[in-house]
Amino acid sequence: MPVFVNTLVHLLLTLLFPPLLIGVINRTKAFFAGRTGAPLLQPYYDMIRLWRKGSVFSRTTTWVFQAGPLVTLAATLAAALLMPLGNHPSPLAFNGDMILFAYLFGLGRFFTVAAALDTGSSFEGMGGAREATFSCLAEPALFFALVVLARISSSLSLSGMLNNFPLTVWFGFGAALLLMVGALFIILLAENCRIPFDDPNTHLELTMIHEVMVLDHSGPGLAAVLYGASLKLFLLGALFVHITVPFRSGNVILDWLAFAGSMVLLAVVIGTVESTMARLKLTRVPQLLISASILSAFAMLLVLRQTP
Amino acid sequence: MISPILLTVTGIILALTAGIPLLVLTDQAKAQKISAVLHTLAAMAGICGALLSLAGGSRESWQIDWGLPFGPAEIAVDPLSALFLLPIFIVSACCAVYALSYWPAAENPESASRLTLSFAILTASLGIIVIARHAILFLAAWEIMAVACYFAMTVDSRKKEVREAGILYLVTAHIGALALFAYFALLKGEAGSYLFPPAGSLSASAATAIFLFALIGFGMKAGVVPLHIWLPSAHANAPSHVSAIMSGVLIKMGIYGLIRTVSFFAAIPFWWGVLVLAAGVISGLIGVIFAIGQHDIKRLLAYHSIENIGIIAMGTGVALMGTSAGIPSLVMLGMAGALLHTLNHATFKPLLFLCAGSVIHSCGTREIDRMGGLLKKMPLTGALFLTGAVAICGLPPLNGFVSEWLIYLGLFRGIIDADTFNDPYFALAAPALALIGGLAVACFVKVFGIAFLGEPRDERARDAHEAGPAMIAPMVVLAGICALIGLLPQAVAPLLERIVFSLYPGMAASGIKLAAHASLGMVSIVALLLLFLLAGTALLYRSRLAKGPVTAAETWGCGYQAPTQRMQYTASSFAATLVGLFSGVLRPHTRTPQIQGHFPKPASFRSHVPEALLEGFYLPLFDGLNSRLSLVRKLQHGKLHLYILYIVITLLTLLVWSHFRVRS
Repeated sequence: MPVFVNTLVHLLLTLLFPPLLIGVINRTKAFFAGRTGAPLLQPYYDMIRLWRKGSVFSRTTTWVFQAGPLVTLAATLAAALLMPLGNHPSPLAFNGDMILFAYLFGLGRFFTVAAALDTGSSFEGMGGAREATFSCLAEPALFFALVVLARISSSLSLSGMLNNFPLTVWFGFGAALLLMVGALFIILLAENCRIPFDDPNTHLELTMIHEVMVLDHSGPGLAAVLYGASLKLFLLGALFVHITVPFRSGNVILDWLAFAGSMVLLAVVIGTVESTMARLKLTRVPQLLISASILSAFAMLLVLRQTP
Repeated sequence: MISPILLTVTGIILALTAGIPLLVLTDQAKAQKISAVLHTLAAMAGICGALLSLAGGSRESWQIDWGLPFGPAEIAVDPLSALFLLPIFIVSACCAVYALSYWPAAENPESASRLTLSFAILTASLGIIVIARHAILFLAAWEIMAVACYFAMTVDSRKKEVREAGILYLVTAHIGALALFAYFALLKGEAGSYLFPPAGSLSASAATAIFLFALIGFGMKAGVVPLHIWLPSAHANAPSHVSAIMSGVLIKMGIYGLIRTVSFFAAIPFWWGVLVLAAGVISGLIGVIFAIGQHDIKRLLAYHSIENIGIIAMGTGVALMGTSAGIPSLVMLGMAGALLHTLNHATFKPLLFLCAGSVIHSCGTREIDRMGGLLKKMPLTGALFLTGAVAICGLPPLNGFVSEWLIYLGLFRGIIDADTFNDPYFALAAPALALIGGLAVACFVKVFGIAFLGEPRDERARDAHEAGPAMIAPMVVLAGICALIGLLPQAVAPLLERIVFSLYPGMAASGIKLAAHASLGMVSIVALLLLFLLAGTALLYRSRLAKGPVTAAETWGCGYQAPTQRMQYTASSFAATLVGLFSGVLRPHTRTPQIQGHFPKPASFRSHVPEALLEGFYLPLFDGLNSRLSLVRKLQHGKLHLYILYIVITLLTLLVWSHFRVRS
């Protein structure tokens, strides 16, 4: 039964937990700004309310515009079945699943950008172009990190790489992992359109990426966009947390609690970063992304020289 | 049991006869239909033959005593030939049917017969290339392929750029052929006969020159960077269905030649694999970066062919490195990935070229920036193009992902095999492939988004119309294959295994299975699950939409009340940041207007990414050679009687030579 129970917990966490992360981030930002802030569950209320609203579609758009959020959500949900959560392998773990994981996000991006271009608006065109450009640059950084993880764990599956990640790995590969964690944090912020890459709060600044792409979505479509975005943050956050919190007790309940706790902590950290940093100038963004690639490339170099 | 080789030869002969109806019948429209039927029949025979060979895994050969002084020729069908026969017959039949509506004989009376004839000869020669097992037969078919393709692609020869593209193609094809002459001469010295040696029968120790000549000759045809210069203009200026067969099939002959060549040798040196992998990475990156800068839809697709050839070469490189290091899993994953990507690229790229053809047919331009909003006018073409675009980006759940995934697995397998490799080749290649994939997504979302979505940017695009059934049907077939391989990749695994075993006879005995190293079944499960999730969310969403108020409005212009279609993002603006980042390689030509004063005059902006290597290196080189070699050029003066004299002198020399040879 434990496998069944763990799979159930995996699915429930995947479906229910992600919006809470957004709530925690917003609450952290409110704390730094000296405000009370919205309730932690506000993102859930927002999504439910949006789901109940009607829709407005531009006359320019076609079915691609409506398919965009749905394909992105479906691809992210499929990716959620590949990422191990807690101290348990993912429901579908196999050799090479990390590549499928990365490419499912690629599919989502393809359709998000296509939906943005479908409106014929130059704002959304700008957002789409930036999203496509910046995620290209983030891709090598992620794959260098996967190379490092594969080499350390001698495994070709996300579950094999990230489960059984004991503290001793940090003693053996501390320098390389530190570089990689830096790169992964940059990827986490960039891929989820957080500050310093993007500001999820503003809607009309010309320096923005994700929010400007989804400008024309409304009602249930926008709910799907917001939910998909929080799920993506949850999954990439899980990847990050597995490495940075190498705590595995062996007790099922304790491990799940530790995982959920560290995810909340990660949200607090992201909120802190957002409160203490300004958004970068747009021309600086590629530089930061390339430096993430360089960090993880150096991590790879260190690990390659060091036979496990 | 029907013999695969009999079916294949029947297919080739039928394809050859498909050129005849337009020459003899007066009712050209009917003749063109007969020709398409002949191509379809040829495809049926050829595909059956290829599939039989792949299912059986055996090799079947015929000896041909042709009375030439090079010994008897041989033709054979083995699993490797069969894999390359599949795209030849599938794509040629699709293109022949497509041509009925794209290049109808009734509207093009003077060019249709020439095009159909050269297309038929091209198909047949491609078929002969992959079954030839004799150097002279191979070279003859190779030359016929080059020339037939030249005539097919320059059918619109009144246009200057078509003629220029044709000449460039012909020149590079012959430089490549020259390398192949050297290659086969050296191979004959090593193998002792003009017949192809069996797999793994030659020693690679003295074969450096053979390998390098093969790499140049076949790499030129495949379009491996830096030998790719002919490819963009040739693909762009040919009729779209000819571009489709060039990109889908013709350039794959280079890959076939390379894989066949390396299969001759046992114990190949490690650097062969490194060189092929490096060439693959460079071709992949250069191809996709240049593609991003293009705004001619066919030129853009042509650069993606270079990218995909690069990906195939990466898989081949992994397999070669696995061979020399003695790691069967690398050989299996790399070779299976390369071969499957060859087949996959031969489905989605012709699909994209045919879609592009129907767009060009309808809009009268190749410029993406003049299109827009086509999905509303051409819903089927648009959906099919989207399918091809998702497949070529290597995104799940279509076939492009499966083959790239196999190559990734090979690279990662090499990375964790710590005892054998401390070298960073694999570790650098995997992120490079990821970068290629990311850039491909950016590029195809650009083409699809600018051409098919938004508002029309031009009058012609506003009046665009959907293509006819003869054009849609072949595209549906190709898209269907993309989906089938993507959703059920485990079905092709045994076929790929058989090809690898036929290339490496030693591996068959070891009992290695592709499924043991790559769980294609799991990929299939996730792909089907993705469709299931999509259907689920779509159903939920549709039922929600049905309940709530749905309002139609204008796109939100951030308060601006009078947006026009000219304010939309264009292909150039979409790619501007990436082109800027890679401007060191791309060398874009841009003309930015100076805007001055409070009431500036109308200004125009221009940007263009030329073929930098051709303009910056090859053309100056050839110009230099041209002036240096003016003495040699005196041999070519256009006087027919002196040419006949040359032939007489050659004949006499040969007679004298053979006379003394017989004596000695």
